[in-house]
Amino acid sequence: MKMKMRLISSPKKIKQFNTVILGTGGQGLITVLQIIAEAALSEGYDIKSSELHGLSQRGGSVEVHIRFGKKIYSPLIPQGKADLILSFETQEALRGVYFANKNTSFLVNKFIVPIPLEKSLSEGEIIKIIKKISKNVVLVPAADICREKLGTDVVSGIYLLSLAVFKNLIPIKPASILKAIKKIIPEKYLELNVKAFNLASNSEAVK
Amino acid sequence: MQELLSNKLGKKLILLGNEAVVRGALESGVQFVSTYPGTPSSEIGNTFFKIAEKAGVYFEFSTNEKVALEAGIGASFSGLKTLVAMKNFGLNVALDALLPFVYTGTKGATVIIVADDPSCHSSAQSEENSRGVAYLAHIPVLEPSDPQECKDFVKLGFQISGKYNIPVIVRTTTRVAHQKMPVILGKISVSVKASVGKQKGKFIKNPKQFITLPPRVLEMKKELLEKIEKIRSFSENLSRADTGSQKTAIITSGVSYLYVMEALKELNINLPVLKLNFFYPLSEKKIKNFIKKLKKVLIVEELEPFLEKEVQRLAKEVNCKLEIVGKKLLPEVGELKPEFVTSAIAKFANKKFTIWNSQFKTPVLKRYPQLCPGCPYWLVISAIKKAVDTSKVIFGGEIGCYMLFGNPPVKLQDYLSCMGSSVGIAHGIKKSAGQKIITFVGDSSFFHAGIPALINTVFNKSNPLIIILENETTAMTGHQPHPGAPVIPNGIKIEEIVKACGVKNVKVLDPINQEEFIKTIKEFMEKPDVSVIISKRPCIQILNKKK
Repeated sequence: MKMKMRLISSPKKIKQFNTVILGTGGQGLITVLQIIAEAALSEGYDIKSSELHGLSQRGGSVEVHIRFGKKIYSPLIPQGKADLILSFETQEALRGVYFANKNTSFLVNKFIVPIPLEKSLSEGEIIKIIKKISKNVVLVPAADICREKLGTDVVSGIYLLSLAVFKNLIPIKPASILKAIKKIIPEKYLELNVKAFNLASNSEAVK
Repeated sequence: MQELLSNKLGKKLILLGNEAVVRGALESGVQFVSTYPGTPSSEIGNTFFKIAEKAGVYFEFSTNEKVALEAGIGASFSGLKTLVAMKNFGLNVALDALLPFVYTGTKGATVIIVADDPSCHSSAQSEENSRGVAYLAHIPVLEPSDPQECKDFVKLGFQISGKYNIPVIVRTTTRVAHQKMPVILGKISVSVKASVGKQKGKFIKNPKQFITLPPRVLEMKKELLEKIEKIRSFSENLSRADTGSQKTAIITSGVSYLYVMEALKELNINLPVLKLNFFYPLSEKKIKNFIKKLKKVLIVEELEPFLEKEVQRLAKEVNCKLEIVGKKLLPEVGELKPEFVTSAIAKFANKKFTIWNSQFKTPVLKRYPQLCPGCPYWLVISAIKKAVDTSKVIFGGEIGCYMLFGNPPVKLQDYLSCMGSSVGIAHGIKKSAGQKIITFVGDSSFFHAGIPALINTVFNKSNPLIIILENETTAMTGHQPHPGAPVIPNGIKIEEIVKACGVKNVKVLDPINQEEFIKTIKEFMEKPDVSVIISKRPCIQILNKKK
């Protein structure tokens, strides 16, 4: 396991790594994107990201892309080319299928934000659909864990990202992510975010 | 944010396209900046709002884009380096001021940022391609493809403007303005920092330049067209062409260039690519040289096929057998995506390309944007639904958060057009059909373009009920201040303007008082002349921030 981790983490080995982050407006997707971008820059990668601001944030579906590697052109990840899909809301993970291939890892928050006037799909149905394209799907009760251990689920996204790092699903060193968290997160909320990071490192799910 | 003012030459900073625009302006020594917010250009104003004082730059959120441009024109006439930023529809509002400005030319170098939004991620009303304005106005248009170019092209724009005394447009799109990458910092001009709050221009009278009266105006047009030809020669050296011996090649610009490079890598083929940095004036010599010996060329551009038509025209002169492919393989509606471009290039170059996962279908999530929980507009909606039979009343929509009234479950919107239009259109319907109308307008939109339409209802006598949704901010674009917002001491009171326009039926109500709100709607619906309810309650996000 350790051997593999070193191999993946070596910058020379990574041509490009594509992450799609999904969720609903106000879940802090852009903050997590910024952390990945800063951490990747500190490891010497080129970066491109694509974000949506404005009206799309008012509780609607939000999808942001972050890519790093030796040389990145497009800010958008092409169809079927995502390596990792982080979904901060369970149903939104379905929108990741467009970007997935059979090797794509899905890390999905077990957290449903109902869609007004629509029946929510069950977790089981959602996972079943995603598994048709990739078997690497993990449903993580990030919101529950953060609420129980830290008293709030606002850091679910940071927890999910940190989990991806410790599970070796993203080829960036945990130390680089922690450094980026310290750079991006305002002083006032830093302690809480670092706690979420540490919580992920001790998580059962990592083993 | 303060990092944007860093003077570490050569340092790499991860910047959003819009932040890179700001940095480019600072590195050019910008002195005067004006804007009206509009996604995807809003972060330019938001960023200047935060750093202008420290950077020693004059900054304002103007009442609308035309006024912002006019302020910029005044600054330029006074010799200041000026930046004006807006979204595509803002350019329409500002167009009346733009054309004469291109005729008079600049005194202080001036760059105008215009952000288009292909696919209308954050835009109602139309999928506008502002490149077309170049033909109308004879204004140079530069098209960056990434944040590094946003910074570089703003600097180039200032150089061209300074050299030829002409305003220059830098046109971005959502995927450029909201793209991030590490940008290499250049030097911030020292004079900027040294002149904090002191940069005073001077207007020197020069009727020959500043007065666009005939017959001089026609001379000005002639001078302008001559200027454009000079800039065309200058532009020939600035577009990137990788030439090769191949007989097939690609011409592209803006963000499409990035998708082309992505596609060539993916397909593992090597085709010559001409990347046009100038949309107007077009580097015609460069294009002619590029296409002279080709058999086939693919034009990769978003929205309307402006470049494709230009290449068709130029090919007639140098290579009339050239096969020109563009919109045949790429959509004219909606933004391009890398996979669309890869698929088009594969077909063009007879390469095999299949998208492995396209067989998978997933349920479509209909999660639309919603008004925030606790938004004061919910109270207005509730009162209206209790006060009137909504099937018998026409509801006029307007640009702002309240355009979400069109979505379920609210469904109080029967037409939606541009800023300030809800009242103007309501007047026309009243005069033509006489049906009952309630029309909405936000506070920032009211100041932007709603006032002339309100005066028209009084002047030409119609009786819609206008509900002005005063939430004390420009909410949708990220809470920028406006002339009535309380962040400005002695903000202008909307009710005083309404009364001064001659409206007799005016009430300022907090919609939390539902009973009175309902009663007033019922009463005002019966009035023979125009009536206005000012629904006054701050945006919930502002209240939450204050906590």
